[in-house]
Amino acid sequence: MRLTCPHCGERDLREFTFGGATLTRPEGDWGPDWDAYIHLRENPAGLSREYWTHDMGCAAWLLVERDTVTHDIRAVRPVGEGAP
Amino acid sequence: MRFNALRVLKEGLTGNRGWGPHWRDPEPKPAYDIVIIGGGGHGLATAFYLAKEHGLTNVAVLEKGYLGGGNVGRNTTIVRANYFLPGNSEFYSHSLKLWETLEDDLNYNVMHSQRGLFNLYHSDGQRDAIVRRGNAMINQGDDAFLLDRAALEKKLPFLDYDNGRFPIHGALYHPRGGTARHDAVAWGFARGASDRGVDLIQNCEVTGIDTEGGAVTGVQTTRGAIRARKVAIVTAGRSGQVAALAGLRLPIESHVLQAFVTEGLKPVIDNVITFGMGHFYISQSDKGGLVFGGDLDFYPSYAQRGNLPTVEHVMEAGMTLMPMIGRAKVLRSWGGIMDMTPDGSPIIDRAPVDGLYLDCGWCYGGFKAVPGSGFALAHLLATDRPHDSATGFRLDRFTTGRGLMDEEGKGAQHNLH
Amino acid sequence: MKRIDGGLIDRDHPVDFRFDGHAYQGFAGDTLASALLANGQRVLGRSFKYHRPRGVLSAGSEEPNALVTLGLGAGSEPNARATMVEIRQGLEAFGQNGFPNVGFDLMEVNDLFAPFFSAGFYYKTFMGPKLPGWRVWERVFEPVIRRAAGLGRLDRTKTPIATEKAYAFCDLLVIGGGPTGLMAALTAAEAGADVILADEDHLPGGRLNGDRQEVGGQSGADWAAGIVAQLASMPNVRVMTRTTVTGVYDQGTYGALERVVPGRGRPEETFWRITARRAVLAAGGIERPVALANNDRPGVMLSGAVRTYVNRYAVAPGRSAVVFGASDEAHRTAADLLRAGVHVAALVDARPGATCDLTVRFHAGGLVEGVQGREVESVAIRRADGVLEKVQADLLAFSGGWNPSVHLTCHLNGRPVWRDDIAAFVPSEGAVPGLIPAGACNGEATTFACLSAGRDAAVQALANLGRQATPPDLPQAEDTAGEGRPLWVMPGKGRKWLDFQNDVTVKDVELAARENFRSVEHMKRYTTQGMAPDQGKTGNVAALAALADATGRSIPGTGTTTYRPPFVPVSIAALGAGGQGKGFAAERFTAAHPVALSMGAPMIEAGLWYRPSYFPKSGEQTWRESCDREVGYVRNAVGICDVSTLGKIDVQGPDAAAFLDFVYTNNMSTLKPGNTRYGLMLREDGHVMDDGTCACLGEGHYVVSTTTAAAGEVMRHMEFAAQVLRPDLDVRLASVTEHWAQTAIAGPQSRELLNEVLDTPLADGDWPFMACGEVSVGGIAARLFRISFSGEHAYEIAVPARYGESLFRCLVTKAEARGGGVYGMEALNVLRIEKGLLTHAELDGRTTAYDLGLAGMMSKKKDFIGRAAAGREGLTDPTRPRLVGIKPVGAVQQLTSGAFLFEPEAEATRVNAQGTVSSVAFSPTLGHFVGLALLTEGPERYGEKVRMVDHLRGVSTLCEVVHPAFLDPDGGRARG
Repeated sequence: MRLTCPHCGERDLREFTFGGATLTRPEGDWGPDWDAYIHLRENPAGLSREYWTHDMGCAAWLLVERDTVTHDIRAVRPVGEGAP
Repeated sequence: MRFNALRVLKEGLTGNRGWGPHWRDPEPKPAYDIVIIGGGGHGLATAFYLAKEHGLTNVAVLEKGYLGGGNVGRNTTIVRANYFLPGNSEFYSHSLKLWETLEDDLNYNVMHSQRGLFNLYHSDGQRDAIVRRGNAMINQGDDAFLLDRAALEKKLPFLDYDNGRFPIHGALYHPRGGTARHDAVAWGFARGASDRGVDLIQNCEVTGIDTEGGAVTGVQTTRGAIRARKVAIVTAGRSGQVAALAGLRLPIESHVLQAFVTEGLKPVIDNVITFGMGHFYISQSDKGGLVFGGDLDFYPSYAQRGNLPTVEHVMEAGMTLMPMIGRAKVLRSWGGIMDMTPDGSPIIDRAPVDGLYLDCGWCYGGFKAVPGSGFALAHLLATDRPHDSATGFRLDRFTTGRGLMDEEGKGAQHNLH
Repeated sequence: MKRIDGGLIDRDHPVDFRFDGHAYQGFAGDTLASALLANGQRVLGRSFKYHRPRGVLSAGSEEPNALVTLGLGAGSEPNARATMVEIRQGLEAFGQNGFPNVGFDLMEVNDLFAPFFSAGFYYKTFMGPKLPGWRVWERVFEPVIRRAAGLGRLDRTKTPIATEKAYAFCDLLVIGGGPTGLMAALTAAEAGADVILADEDHLPGGRLNGDRQEVGGQSGADWAAGIVAQLASMPNVRVMTRTTVTGVYDQGTYGALERVVPGRGRPEETFWRITARRAVLAAGGIERPVALANNDRPGVMLSGAVRTYVNRYAVAPGRSAVVFGASDEAHRTAADLLRAGVHVAALVDARPGATCDLTVRFHAGGLVEGVQGREVESVAIRRADGVLEKVQADLLAFSGGWNPSVHLTCHLNGRPVWRDDIAAFVPSEGAVPGLIPAGACNGEATTFACLSAGRDAAVQALANLGRQATPPDLPQAEDTAGEGRPLWVMPGKGRKWLDFQNDVTVKDVELAARENFRSVEHMKRYTTQGMAPDQGKTGNVAALAALADATGRSIPGTGTTTYRPPFVPVSIAALGAGGQGKGFAAERFTAAHPVALSMGAPMIEAGLWYRPSYFPKSGEQTWRESCDREVGYVRNAVGICDVSTLGKIDVQGPDAAAFLDFVYTNNMSTLKPGNTRYGLMLREDGHVMDDGTCACLGEGHYVVSTTTAAAGEVMRHMEFAAQVLRPDLDVRLASVTEHWAQTAIAGPQSRELLNEVLDTPLADGDWPFMACGEVSVGGIAARLFRISFSGEHAYEIAVPARYGESLFRCLVTKAEARGGGVYGMEALNVLRIEKGLLTHAELDGRTTAYDLGLAGMMSKKKDFIGRAAAGREGLTDPTRPRLVGIKPVGAVQQLTSGAFLFEPEAEATRVNAQGTVSSVAFSPTLGHFVGLALLTEGPERYGEKVRMVDHLRGVSTLCEVVHPAFLDPDGGRARG
């Protein structure tokens, strides 16, 4: 698999680390929203919105749209650009 | 039809014309007491034990593709009971006991081979962790021995003890650990269930789960609607999609785990060897292929295939551990869809919908659990009480934080497993 | 069998080699298979199950029969395909799976028992008798089965194998160097694209080298050689011969195995990761055997392979041949044999209306039903008139048709589609993004069609990349393919092989169908069809046809065929190149590493780092003696320890303090410049991730330490927190672990020693416990932290890494002068256990701050990572195992780590277990063992007795539960 880092260009999978589904961290004390944030997953078979980090490169965290069935990469953006 | 040596002899002399189907291929009935979604190892084992232990045979197993086509047919065939956390310990211990009588129970040779399993350690810290595991195994009544380097070298002379990146100091030895012929397990359970009256329906995809007033009433399938009082989701990596049919979200993320087999070789590795520092494990099949695997690719996937970084890492681990396998050639690689839970341990529980049951979250360790999981889920389906061996596999442990079973200590967050 | 004229071998270069101990000679350009055939050696191997003698079936990497072992003993290579091994001077090869040899194999007796060895027979037997305590499967059946199974033998010696891995990048990867691939490569190359042409043969050309046909007015082989030379001369082209593309991965990543030309300093094999923007698959086709009785006998050969041996290798693979097929190719094979002087006893063309213009016995509409003889002696022909005729012959050349080599198009889950008109599976549309199948692998039948398809595919691929290509003119080439039809299973009795390697016959497939293994996946798994080294390259489609027959379905209605990587078996040494020995993982060395080595310290791994275990002195017999002495340095004088491996993260920015508040449980924003604070980090799930110190070096500038093992994980975690969770905070992070060499100076004399090296000695009263700041050592700016991991008055001093070694030497020398000295990991561990301080033995990923007695460090005034989840009922349950100290109080005085704790009289079983021992040490300071443990309700049980049981080590010790700080619990020594 290859991802195109918006800062560094197209790079091999081995430079990146997957960082989980893009969910919004809740506020406040423990409750169902926290349970959902930490544990429950859509786990889509198809388009998946994910965090990845180019930790063997520029260390940027990225928003990746990826198909979990075909491994097609639809988009890679810096986390600053676009809501999760 | 009973299988035995005499029968094989007789059929051999008469052109093998007397053998019949290993299982029936019935049309689905309009209604069953229990519908099991998923005709993999766990689903078929559940059907078998429902019939055998509880006399429940008005049961259907619905399989989207062919029986045993999921992870039961794509794993590294290791069978062991070497867990250390309560909850897991008793379950895998029970499952191993079921393995030990499985061939009698099924009248099917699943080639369960208790050839012994070694967990290597490379430092004092790892030794202590492994000792804790071994002590937990003995506390549970299972078998474990601590071998120092000299003792290990007698048993496994071909490891690279000194020159490898992580010199080998010794191992935890689990004599009752071993392997089994993975497909045969699925087929044996299928035959046993079918013989006892369970309907195994292949090419039947569940497209909907019907509920009424918060209770399950049946399922919609590509072969028509089927009513059921109880429905169990036993679909491993696909659990999320099937549960979504009932409006549920699960604490599961599906990842790819690759495995590999080499060309056939004369006997060279007689046991199962686990190299934790390299996330590498290997055994040799009775056909002669070296069967081995490594760690997850570490991204969610339903593709049943992986990528080169993990492939290479697995091979490099093999080379540092036992350079002799360098000359063996990889024949085939494949990937399974692993239903990863946040703590790495499974779920056998009632779902928050009446009449709906979950058996999922086996992560990368589901094969050895096949009999135990089938036995426990059958018990839960039949009695609505968890079996003693599986009281720890509750769905709500993540919500409460009570009874988490994180054997690897990596944390109850999906992205950390 | 003899050499004939012509061919592409180099008769000026004879090559001597040995097979099974006999000396032979071949020529440069020969494969082991062609050279052995030329020497009359027909039996090269033994089959897997029935141990039937086997010869050469094919002339390529699909070969299922002729597997041999190269070399003897250390470094020998099992399961090499004789059809792919180029002979070289001194090559020594051996047949496999035969005892004593492949010519005479005692195990051939298996063949007599074949009726009992039907598909899946082993699932039905070997289950008894059940004898108590005697495992009949493991003791009797399995060893026998294992010994009989398998092919080659792996040598157990640890011989290094020279292999390499490499990366390559290109615009267009052309897979296969036959007419299609050459034309594709030429088209793209002339358009200026970066091209890699990979061909698994040492001589590109594909079928052009094996067939007699003209291309562009010259022989096909000459035309191919000309194009290859032209490509090789172009700077934008890399021609990779002996290179098999083995796998397709995501986003245009291809794996390829290069068998490197032997030479000094060269690896044997190189595994390539090729990244290609586009690819043309020009992999050609693989001929299908026909399922007929005894079709596995030596002397039965694929029709195209026969032409290759005759035309390319100048070998007549028999004296008298029967040629069987259902296309014009059979006629071509017969013609080539005749031209080579081989007697063609019969040409059997299954097409009823076929005509023949050769002078041979011709049977239109006939079939071959079987062969007789251990090696082929005669061939049974069922003539169109129904008469069965036995013809004397030692060679049967047959063809059931061709399978396009769709393999690579299946690697991303593409499923080939059936084309009825050519009776074959072809790649499905778009099976691999960016890869265009062309030529024979896409179902083309003539050379001209392949040349044309190769050119068009390259034009299309370049157009996709936005490049214009001027298509070169196509050379003139053969452009007619007569109608053919497939030949699957022939009528007649006897065993008809489908999978030669695994000994799967038509009967096995029929039996599988009868037993309800009707799905093609079930049939394959039950019969093992396609699971052998050739992965069903020759047999799978015929097996599918046999299953279709047996179940009354059409071939596409029965299923499809699919393939997984690798295309050909790849050695673990190639895929794992670089991993052998220390290469598996990076090795990290601190600046002071040479000092530790020079002092004879045994080094142990700590993550990827190496750290000294202890520093032996002459006269010391055990590590414990050294360790006890080193502990004494710290407790009584001064000890020096290299702590450079701990992670160091520099945190800077206007919002650095707010950020640290978010990642640590405790408050860091109140930390003033010049001060250090112990900090605790949780994962978001509420469990402890790591601990360390946080030093405030100035306004908005901090350096935080992590444990050695968790440094990378913590860095990634903090970056996630900064970039994803709190992008509102202006903060930047940098890992500076390698930048600084850090040394601990611990013990009552630490300040005095420090003052010996500082340019400006510390003033009395300055630098209280937990102070930090800049100092100068020999004119070098250094950082000083007054922190302690031993409970003593202690400092850590950090200098730029290049000064680390000399400062360390200097400190050790000065410490020794004060009756102290250097200490290693063993002593460090004892010191921290005596003080009840934690490492990853306690921070094991499952413990909470509450478990570790650190609940007070969780601020109630702010949000931090893990706060919410740590509040769950299950994480604050008093019955959780919690940190305590234990000390032995009975006759047995030993503590062991990894042991369990029980009530003193309870049986040591799981249900009675109350805790585990995480760390133990013999305390020379206290004169007894001390241990840290996680015990249910632990802190409420000080003074109680528990029994420690270590089944594995056979230790059972009565202990008292105590506070984890065995020494100086109020911390006066560290502050003083």
